[in-house]
Amino acid sequence: MQLIACPWCGPREEVEFHYGGQAHVPYPDDPGGLSDEEWAHYVFYRDNPRGRFAERWNHSAGCRRWFNAVRDTATYRFERVYRLDDPKPLATELATSRRNTAR
Amino acid sequence: MAELLRTHPLEAWSTAFERLPDTVGITVEPFVAMVDVRLRAVGAEASAALGVDLPTAPNTWVPSGSGRAVWLGPDEWLLSSTTETPEELEARVRAGVLPLGGSATDVSAQRIGLRLTGARVRDVLAKGCSIDLHPRVFGRGSSAQTTLGQAGVVLLAQSDAGDDHVVLVRSSFAGYLADWLLDAALEFTTTN
Repeated sequence: MQLIACPWCGPREEVEFHYGGQAHVPYPDDPGGLSDEEWAHYVFYRDNPRGRFAERWNHSAGCRRWFNAVRDTATYRFERVYRLDDPKPLATELATSRRNTAR
Repeated sequence: MAELLRTHPLEAWSTAFERLPDTVGITVEPFVAMVDVRLRAVGAEASAALGVDLPTAPNTWVPSGSGRAVWLGPDEWLLSSTTETPEELEARVRAGVLPLGGSATDVSAQRIGLRLTGARVRDVLAKGCSIDLHPRVFGRGSSAQTTLGQAGVVLLAQSDAGDDHVVLVRSSFAGYLADWLLDAALEFTTTN
């Protein structure tokens, strides 16, 4: 079974973790001014690249803390994990997607 | 109305545990008071207020008076006491951490403790637990929140020889885990 390195607890089996979707999706600057369609895009629409993707993960069976990871969606390899207060990865580190939610 | 007596969730397993050999001994720890502490910054103030230096290294625990202080997260600890009632412990800890912006919640009813002692308990645990329990990396003072036989547990290493562990398990999972442990210990028990 694949091991995921929790930034706090260290490497643990992947069944201890819960997927949290794409990381770094920015909250709207002007929430009140959004149309229904724009809200739908913020809430539901996510990138779906092939390659390195910044994601949120939760160590649900361990310390229950959220963290971010750069994972390759083609190989499932975790390139690196980083804490929520660490700087987000540069665009050059990630795969490009036709859709780009995280600016 | 009938008087409600507090019964231990593993009372029915006591005879089965007694029959186990010393190499895979399982004893049920008595009820202890436990408090979940949330505190952002740990320092001299917190140590003075609680009477214990909360461990800041992940996956560790330290003795705290008659009980333990277990690291549960970067801002979360589990304090236990065998001498205080849950109400006393909660009140004391809350009074200590409230001025520091923290919180304390009584979680005594959440978990019960099982003590596993003997030369083969590491083999028993290894059947359902993926983390490395070798005393070289999991010596006394180590802890781990993980799954054991798919049940969420907190493992606490009590000795540097790897032959003494405490398993904290949620009360509702205790019966399941007791059955699982007895099954895992089967190959180390003698049949006659």
